[in-house]
Amino acid sequence: MSTDAHLLEYLLRLADSDLVLAQRLGEWVGKGPVIEEDIALTNVGLDLIGQARLWYGYAGEVEARLTGEGRDEDQFAFRRDAHEFRNLLLAEQPNGSYADTIARQFLFDQWHLLALCVLARSSDARVAEVAAKGAKEAAYHAERSADWVIRLGDGTDESHRRMQAAIDELWRYAGEMFVPDAAEIALAEAGIGADARALQAPWDAAVDAVLAEATLARPAAGHVQKGGKQGRHTEHLGHLLAEMQFLQRAYPDARW
Amino acid sequence: MSKEWPLWEVFVRSQHGLAHKHVGSLHAPDAGMAVKNARDVYTRRNEGVSIWVVRSADIAASSPSERDALFDPASSKVYRHPTFFPMPDEVKNI
Repeated sequence: MSTDAHLLEYLLRLADSDLVLAQRLGEWVGKGPVIEEDIALTNVGLDLIGQARLWYGYAGEVEARLTGEGRDEDQFAFRRDAHEFRNLLLAEQPNGSYADTIARQFLFDQWHLLALCVLARSSDARVAEVAAKGAKEAAYHAERSADWVIRLGDGTDESHRRMQAAIDELWRYAGEMFVPDAAEIALAEAGIGADARALQAPWDAAVDAVLAEATLARPAAGHVQKGGKQGRHTEHLGHLLAEMQFLQRAYPDARW
Repeated sequence: MSKEWPLWEVFVRSQHGLAHKHVGSLHAPDAGMAVKNARDVYTRRNEGVSIWVVRSADIAASSPSERDALFDPASSKVYRHPTFFPMPDEVKNI
């Protein structure tokens, strides 16, 4: 496979994880535990959609270099089926309780921030540009979700129990972030992508520090659930896409 | 822990050199979270460079029933207004 083919794959992984997680966060609109949290979560979601749009835009250009015709952001978002999505399994997991949403966000944000900081130094100028912009947003997201993990973990007995259960439940999906495939390794060697394996140690350190402050136990290493980056998803993604894509599927190219 | 989070008043400075201005209020469990919430609620359209929050309970306010005693005496004292000094057009924000 050519570098551009790897790059297209990689850009879709970044974009799809952002978009799918943003869609999940959007599901909280009007249902947040307090209005301030409702707005804050939606803001995070909108930041992620903004980043997804930039990644999709570049992915379309790379696709055009490869095939002569590139899709636009709406075609990527609304006209692909679940097996064509390349997002992390973690991103598509259901919202659950507020502890589940915070745990998912925390595990993702810590990885996202590290990945974007590496990508900001990419030899591909477009990748570096988008990542540098996103890293500032991700830094805030990471601070915010870590703050909530600490508050809930080191809160009441009930909040501690539920926060620990959420971390335990989602832990199996975190490992995927650090398992590269051939495309990622090739891009990392070319200085374009981030080496997923190299993100593990700093992620462990950051996550462990927050868990310790939150009086939460780090779950034991167990089976790593993966496949999202290759298009093999959990049963949740199809339902999410059905809702997200309904309008464009039922009324293709509808505008208002 | 009480069920309701305390109320905080939010002040945002829109640019360097201007004063913080009251923009509204919100609920948060403590000052740190109040600043974060204020950032998300009141500065998401690029309104600010600095945020202050203060617990609403810590603000001492004048009472509406004292209004006449407090404010009426100032109403007829035009000489207290510095309107007799011509200001150059270039001077802003005064």
